[in-house]
Amino acid sequence: MNETTQEVKIKAQGVTVHYGEAQALHGIDLDLNAHEVTALIGPSGCGKSTFLRCINRMNDVIDGCRVGGLIAIDGQDVYDPAIDVVELRARVGMVFQKPNPFPKSIYDNVAYGPRIHGIAQNRSELDNIVETSLKRAGLWNEVKDRLGDSGTSLSGGQQQRLCIARAIAVSPDVVLMDEPCSALDPIATAVIEELMEELRKDYTIVIVTHSMQQAARISQRTAYFHLGNLVEHGQTQAIFTNPANSQTEAYISGKIG
Amino acid sequence: MNDKHIVSSFDRDLAELNQMVARLGGMAEQQLGAAIEALENRSADRLETIIKTDQELDELEFTINERAIEVIAMRSPMATDLRRIVAALKVGAVLERVGDYAKNIAKRTRVIIDEERDPRDAISVARMAGEVQQMLNQVLDAYATGNAELAMEVWDRDQEVDQMHTSLYSEVLKKMSHGGDMAAVHSHFLFIAKNIERIGDHTTTVAEQVYFLVHGVMPGDERPKADEASSAPGTDL
Repeated sequence: MNETTQEVKIKAQGVTVHYGEAQALHGIDLDLNAHEVTALIGPSGCGKSTFLRCINRMNDVIDGCRVGGLIAIDGQDVYDPAIDVVELRARVGMVFQKPNPFPKSIYDNVAYGPRIHGIAQNRSELDNIVETSLKRAGLWNEVKDRLGDSGTSLSGGQQQRLCIARAIAVSPDVVLMDEPCSALDPIATAVIEELMEELRKDYTIVIVTHSMQQAARISQRTAYFHLGNLVEHGQTQAIFTNPANSQTEAYISGKIG
Repeated sequence: MNDKHIVSSFDRDLAELNQMVARLGGMAEQQLGAAIEALENRSADRLETIIKTDQELDELEFTINERAIEVIAMRSPMATDLRRIVAALKVGAVLERVGDYAKNIAKRTRVIIDEERDPRDAISVARMAGEVQQMLNQVLDAYATGNAELAMEVWDRDQEVDQMHTSLYSEVLKKMSHGGDMAAVHSHFLFIAKNIERIGDHTTTVAEQVYFLVHGVMPGDERPKADEASSAPGTDL
């Protein structure tokens, strides 16, 4: 389970981010392997979410935000001017802290991406994508009889799984998750965690989490960020039993905030 | 680096575990010391107390287990904290076992005192026991202070104990081969010698735990084996 393919999916080299005058990331070098869950951990403001948002260029929409260095997915620079950002975000799906279903039906939430990207040729293909995505997100059995109900009528955990179904409906390569369970109860969290283990067979998953236990449970690799630097990156079991860096040790042991 | 947890009650939990292990260590040392002293002096005065006291060690080990499980469940310890708790569990088990050996020596001492007739025939385990007592003392120091180097010194010394055991074993066998009616007494000495040798082995387990606690990996090399008494055919005690 811990040793998986070593194929590098996402390569980050010397990644810097400035918000106006303030520098949020100071040259991050980090390779993320395909079919692995990589957990990004670190205190608030350490740059882990900023790094995550570089991968699908979510930082582009922030005024005064400048990204330097290289981020490549399958060898392709995602900041290449020739890249279509909308297409990039279909390849790199994202799930946020707070479930954010569209105020539309469950069906339309999942069908939204395939529709705008013209993925389905006809209604039955679309039906098929919706069903498959909801099944893969572990939500199908709970919603199959009420696909017309509003996405917002679901419980928090169901909404988050709906957002995951929405993200994977466009067949991404990478799924980014920014604290996807922080608003969920332990049972809903366990369901999502089980799902991530399943999803990594097909996708590369990068998750930001403030729960050390969650990082330890779900990831194959963990990267510890502090003050905009990557302090340590390695196999999760090594990071949580015997980290090489004393700052990492202090953070995971609850000795620095 | 700040060495204290933000949640200070976590530090108190860990300190409490450490104190319990230290107390158990002290009790094990005392029990072993008392048993060896009773044997060497052929003095029956404290044997009953030693045998009874063993229960206190068993209870303390059980308490250490309970507390360790509680701390794991409630604090979700990571890295050194986790290793410290696992070490407390393992070291606690070892010390409880040392207590068992001391109790067993006390029981055998009673028989030896009753049945040994000719003092010229007496066997002394003092040298070997003294070495093992020192090792136990030193390894408990190493545990308390997190001194992996000191722990490894103890680890190395176990060879000498194995050699002492081998020669003590031969000495007893030689006495046995002379015949006479002391076979029962001599057998008890063989077992006592083996008990002491086993305590030496257990100090190396503690030493390994100290090393693991400090470095996060087990010491690399195999402990050299010099105890030929246990590897000779038909002498598997």
